[in-house]
Amino acid sequence: MSLQPSFIEDVSELPTHAFSYRSLTWWGIIGFMVIEGAAFALAIAAYFFLMSQEQEWAPRPWAPPGLLAGTLFTLVMLLSEIPNTMIKKAAESYGIGMVRKLLPWMVGIGLLLFVIRGFEFNSLNVLWYDNAYGSIIWALLFLHTTHVATDWGDTVVLWRLMRTPHGEDPRRLVDTDENALYWRFVWLAWLPIYVLIYWVPRLFQ
Amino acid sequence: MQRGGAYLSLCVTSCAGVQNAFGGQGAEDANFVRLFAVFMVVCTVMYLIVSAALVIAVWRRRQATLTIEDRKHHETSAATRPALIVWTVLIAVGLVGLTIASFFTDRSNAANGSKPRLSLTVTANQWWWDVEYNSPDASKIVRTANEIHLPVGVPAQVTLKSNDVIHSFWIPNLAGKQDLIPGRVTDAQLLPRKTGLFRGQCAEFCGVQHAQMALDVTVESKAAFDRWYAAQLQPGRPPANPLQLAGYRYVTTRECSSCHNISGTPAGGHVAPDLTHFASRRSIAAGALPMNRGNLYGWVADPQSQKPGNHMPTVGLAANDLHAIVAYLEALK
Amino acid sequence: MTPAERAKQPPAKVPRDGPKLTGPKLEEKLAETWSNPPGFIGWLSSVDHKDIGRRYVITALIFLALAGALAVVMRLQLSKPDNDLIGAARYNEIFTMHGTTMMFLFAVPVMQGMQIYLTPLMIGTRSNAFPRLNAFSYWTYLAGGCLLWVAFILNIAPDIGWFAYPPLSGPQFGVGKRADIWAQMVTFTEVAALAAAVSLTATILKQRAPGMSLARMPIFVWATLVTSLMVIFSMPSVALASSLLLSDRLVGTHFYNPAENGDALLWQHLFWFFGHPEVYIIFLPATGFVSEIVATFSRRTIVMYPIVVMSLVATGILAFGLWVHHMFATGLPRIGYSFYTAASMSVSIPTGLQIFCWIATLWEGRPRLQVPLLYVIGFIFTFVIGGLTGVIIAAVPLDLQLHDTYFIVAHFHYVLIGGAVFPLLGAITYWYPKATGRMMSETLGKVSFWMIFLGFQLAFFPMHIAGINGMPRRVYSYPAGMGLELPNLLSSIGSMVVAVAVLLFVINMVVSLRGGLKAAPNPWGAPSLEWATSCPPPKYNFPHIPVVDSRTPLWDAGEKMSVVHGLRVEERELLLTTVMHAKPDLREPSAEPSIWPFIATLATTVMFVSSIFSPWAVVIGAMPVIIALTAWFWPKSPAPEREPVIS
Repeated sequence: MSLQPSFIEDVSELPTHAFSYRSLTWWGIIGFMVIEGAAFALAIAAYFFLMSQEQEWAPRPWAPPGLLAGTLFTLVMLLSEIPNTMIKKAAESYGIGMVRKLLPWMVGIGLLLFVIRGFEFNSLNVLWYDNAYGSIIWALLFLHTTHVATDWGDTVVLWRLMRTPHGEDPRRLVDTDENALYWRFVWLAWLPIYVLIYWVPRLFQ
Repeated sequence: MQRGGAYLSLCVTSCAGVQNAFGGQGAEDANFVRLFAVFMVVCTVMYLIVSAALVIAVWRRRQATLTIEDRKHHETSAATRPALIVWTVLIAVGLVGLTIASFFTDRSNAANGSKPRLSLTVTANQWWWDVEYNSPDASKIVRTANEIHLPVGVPAQVTLKSNDVIHSFWIPNLAGKQDLIPGRVTDAQLLPRKTGLFRGQCAEFCGVQHAQMALDVTVESKAAFDRWYAAQLQPGRPPANPLQLAGYRYVTTRECSSCHNISGTPAGGHVAPDLTHFASRRSIAAGALPMNRGNLYGWVADPQSQKPGNHMPTVGLAANDLHAIVAYLEALK
Repeated sequence: MTPAERAKQPPAKVPRDGPKLTGPKLEEKLAETWSNPPGFIGWLSSVDHKDIGRRYVITALIFLALAGALAVVMRLQLSKPDNDLIGAARYNEIFTMHGTTMMFLFAVPVMQGMQIYLTPLMIGTRSNAFPRLNAFSYWTYLAGGCLLWVAFILNIAPDIGWFAYPPLSGPQFGVGKRADIWAQMVTFTEVAALAAAVSLTATILKQRAPGMSLARMPIFVWATLVTSLMVIFSMPSVALASSLLLSDRLVGTHFYNPAENGDALLWQHLFWFFGHPEVYIIFLPATGFVSEIVATFSRRTIVMYPIVVMSLVATGILAFGLWVHHMFATGLPRIGYSFYTAASMSVSIPTGLQIFCWIATLWEGRPRLQVPLLYVIGFIFTFVIGGLTGVIIAAVPLDLQLHDTYFIVAHFHYVLIGGAVFPLLGAITYWYPKATGRMMSETLGKVSFWMIFLGFQLAFFPMHIAGINGMPRRVYSYPAGMGLELPNLLSSIGSMVVAVAVLLFVINMVVSLRGGLKAAPNPWGAPSLEWATSCPPPKYNFPHIPVVDSRTPLWDAGEKMSVVHGLRVEERELLLTTVMHAKPDLREPSAEPSIWPFIATLATTVMFVSSIFSPWAVVIGAMPVIIALTAWFWPKSPAPEREPVIS
């Protein structure tokens, strides 16, 4: 710089971490949520587009997907918000003890959800290669499964990381807070998909 | 002004072409030429305004400027805001006017196509056109391929289907294009206003021989059309001499009959162009070759070298079979 | 120590920039902290946005040359009717490779590359947000480009057009792996573009220099923000479309299969929902270049900055409402089409406003006709023609004749070359001294400009006529006697002129690296912050983070440049500010060089490429990816540092 500097303000006292929109990684998480949200919105649009090509939905002779596994999944997901919110609040008040206690619960809930999800795939009553209806139902469920899987993977890594001394770094608590935020997106995105897979095909029966 | 614009546009192109959007021989294409002229006038005016403003802005002599060197780089002269408003209003008015003109053209096209008196179904295949003239009376249905005859002044409705991939039905001298989409039925309206010979072409990339999927279009008087139609209703001409008979025997019993149909003979395949009146067409293989004896030999002997990748195999015919087949096909007028 | 206690610690007593540490002593320490490790591994590990931006631009220009060579081959084939230089199958591969390379491997990456290079410099920060994600973005883009071109060399290039419509691209008619390679290349490039877009968005919102409120950002930075948001909303559409296509081809789904109540038009909707915003993702950064160049070479700020910014935003939003104008011939309800005609017409209003502001700026200023401004003038003359033919084809009755003809080829080359490539060449000439420390040759620059401008008109104007004269697109040959010979011959000659002109431009770039005039920090006398650094900038960009109080900081700075101080010097640190008013908010560590983004790309490449051959590759291939990503993020020190470090 050819110009001489004139020192206006000292920023050395500024913090090195903050929660929510003051955190840089929060914006990254929001960015990824918008990307995945857009992908889901378009997959839902494809669902309605393909529905308009059929006279019946679910088209005969296929029955709509069985309700039990999907509804159970939804309930477990909604209930998982309880420990999730506890973790989020603990992270925001630097409660590393509570975070360390509850993260394994989220890992366990994730495993349970995978088992239920397996039953869901098994009770869809249609296969992905049967027809376009089967293809889009499977696609929606598959997309959401990868969604759950990636966030569960993040949670596992976070669980192990928080058990190391790095758990005491406030920035890792910001990561925990953001991971909890992402989990909210995972179950919120599930709700419309649940309706589209399990209930809309029943509307026209 | 519209006429002037139209003539201006016409001068630039070869309007004598058989596959030309400035031909204006169909009602919809005539509307296109008129609307295009309107758009050209408006767009040319806008372009001249922008170009003139740019040229003046760069090259004008300046007494005062609002630059960093004058320390006035943040100031703007008072005329800028009103000029912006005028410019915006001009663009908006221009666009609204053009949209209204487009809307009226759409309405005219819809009105022209609202009461069809002739009905065809065109089914596209890789890389040929299956053409059927519809009729409630089954004995009056005409089936041909790669050609369309239309009586002048009679509005025709063309139902469009595809057996494989997406194609596009386009006869520029008559009308705009419509896609033929497998699993969907679309339609086009044609109202030819002038007689003549025209050419259509597939306009949606449909595979390796997309470039050779053309359509011969004949617009003729009602009387001539009726004569053509009556001739098409006849079965295929029987062989008239021993050579043609040998060809007839080959075509109706060997490979040809598994794909092609010749009415009144055992050859009843429907996955390739109908050959009943093949020799009356202007071209072979959907416009790939003009119809004449030499090209007929070349096509039948080795279709893969003329149109590589098309679905007619090169079978390796013996010489006398080749002569016989060509003799027979030539007679199918 | 508990986290709560750590959170309340006073700042560490480590060297920080300020009145006591400034000038050459500071610069030496910062250079050390922000340097790359040595050797080839160091080169692979770089997370410096200038390295990544430069790599993006150079790689994109190589793809431009490759795709341009294919164009020359096509024009040779089409120079005469019934020509047999190239057969049908090979020609179809060539036009597919040309379009796919230009759109996915040149146009978007070159714009993102320029954005990655310029944004931190223009907003007064030291790096992009998420530097390792940026590096990953580049490697992933390179991998996708290699996939496509290796396929071309191995004679399994896609031959279905850059838009790959099913059923032609589906399992029944798209034989072999060509379409799968195309679809998976799309996955690579869209992952890369999305990653870059997220990084750029976060950088612009959180890392601007104190005092650089949104209303004081350079217009190029606004264009970057708008296009990054457009990428985020539109790229998922093509990702979804190509994934559904891969699924149809590999595991037997029926999304696009009409026989099982799928629909070929589903592809078109999903593809064009991406495809239309895509062309504005290419065009809007170019308008950003134009605004920067016009301001500098008119010696004043852009007239009516708020109008220009609102036009950028309006164009970005409107671009999402136009896509059906690519489908006017598909037989959808006419009443729906009217909406898309109106929307397609109205998108020209914000662009028309930008053009007014640029011309008004030239009018009120004192234009200097140097090469970057010549490209801007060439851009206006050329792009406006393309924009006006766009208004023509927005009207359904006109589009139904002109769609899928050479008229459209003319239109989009006028808006893409005129509207994006001309500003890009001007921008490269303009920022070349900043990136390299040398000026490009002005004389050679003027020669290439005139050749490319005139050659372009010769090459592409006759295509309007060829289209009206009945020449459809994507044909390897045309018959004689239809009035197509002359327009095609002229286009072929023009394309050779353009090829030579581009070659001259590249020669200018290469030769000027050693032989060009040495550049001062601000050789054009420009107003924005990137010109406050040396040419080329040091690794850390700015020794002290600047404070701005106007849109043209370098024109309004007095004797001294206001700065903040107190950032760490021996660890990588930069400043986060608030979103609206850019008040200093946090000190943020910046990621150190890392090999993990490169390794993550290798793992992802194995997964994506093998999934072309088996769906199980997605599951098995995910394992190395998970390992690479975990290693990427896992802190490399055994315990937290006194003040945070990202290693």
